[in-house]
Amino acid sequence: MDPEAAKLMGKLIGAGIACIGMGGAGVGVGVIFGNYLTGALRNPAAAASQFSNLIFGFAVTEAMGIFSLVIAFLLLYAV
Amino acid sequence: MAEQPIEPIHQFRITSLFDIGTFGGNGAEGSGTHIAFTNSALFMVLTVGLILAFLILGSQRRAIVPSRTQLMTEMTYEFVANMVRNTAGHDGMKFLPLVASLFLFVLVANLFGMFPYFFTVTSHLIITAMMALLVFLTVVIYGFYKNGVRFLKVFVPSGIPWYIIWIVVPIEILSFLSRPVSHSLRLWGNILAGHIVLKVFGGMVVALLAAGAWGVISVLPFVMAVAMTGLEVLVAALQAFVFAVLTCVYLHDAMHPGH
Repeated sequence: MDPEAAKLMGKLIGAGIACIGMGGAGVGVGVIFGNYLTGALRNPAAAASQFSNLIFGFAVTEAMGIFSLVIAFLLLYAV
Repeated sequence: MAEQPIEPIHQFRITSLFDIGTFGGNGAEGSGTHIAFTNSALFMVLTVGLILAFLILGSQRRAIVPSRTQLMTEMTYEFVANMVRNTAGHDGMKFLPLVASLFLFVLVANLFGMFPYFFTVTSHLIITAMMALLVFLTVVIYGFYKNGVRFLKVFVPSGIPWYIIWIVVPIEILSFLSRPVSHSLRLWGNILAGHIVLKVFGGMVVALLAAGAWGVISVLPFVMAVAMTGLEVLVAALQAFVFAVLTCVYLHDAMHPGH
């Protein structure tokens, strides 16, 4: 195999592996929204006041998935 | 990926609309600072112009019974003001102009990007990184100005035993320093990924239509592209909100370092 093809193959496989990290972010975001819904159904009166906490937790968790996506893009287009 | 016929990252290309000139450098190719009015700059001007027009039109006739434009402006103000009051506290209200400017700029730039053939300003890391650095430096400078050396308490969470503090403080310093990185990457990554996904599905429709009898199933990616467009409008608004909320949270740390 010539080096250019091997490099392309490595880039594509690496980008694919980097995307596995997004699964963890998916689990985390699911936990956050699921627990918010559980809490909101138990005490609907307090739900609105916790909305910005929900969005904050969602944003911080989702950033992890975005980081792995950035690594995938770097491998695909910048390496 | 030059072998692909339809390139999903073509939409992020920055082109010069008119050149202003090259400053400095020795005349060789690529030296000096090339300054030009680009499509990115054009859409930033359009974004700011739209926000200004909206706010000026809405606050021109301050009637007791508001017109529809005035009502929209007031609701926008109330939304941002409540967000600052709830997350940054009452003494954070002096940062309302900063947070409102960032929120409206990101929101309108994101929503502008949802129009076909429009340039998305926030899909470039340099723009989001500069905004995140602005927030970061505001927090650091204001924190030291307001609290002096006590601002360093931001690295020491209250109520932890002394034997864990040697592990916690480096982690806190690291997480504080990585704030501008994650703050900018979050907005950039979301917008970039969303727009690439839209163009990939659009490219699938074109590729399937060109494939003869297989063109029948091009309906599937088309439906998906329509659904993703709806999701992206939601993400555009949500990420603007998240950017502003995180700004408020960081400003809250600057004012009350001992958390």
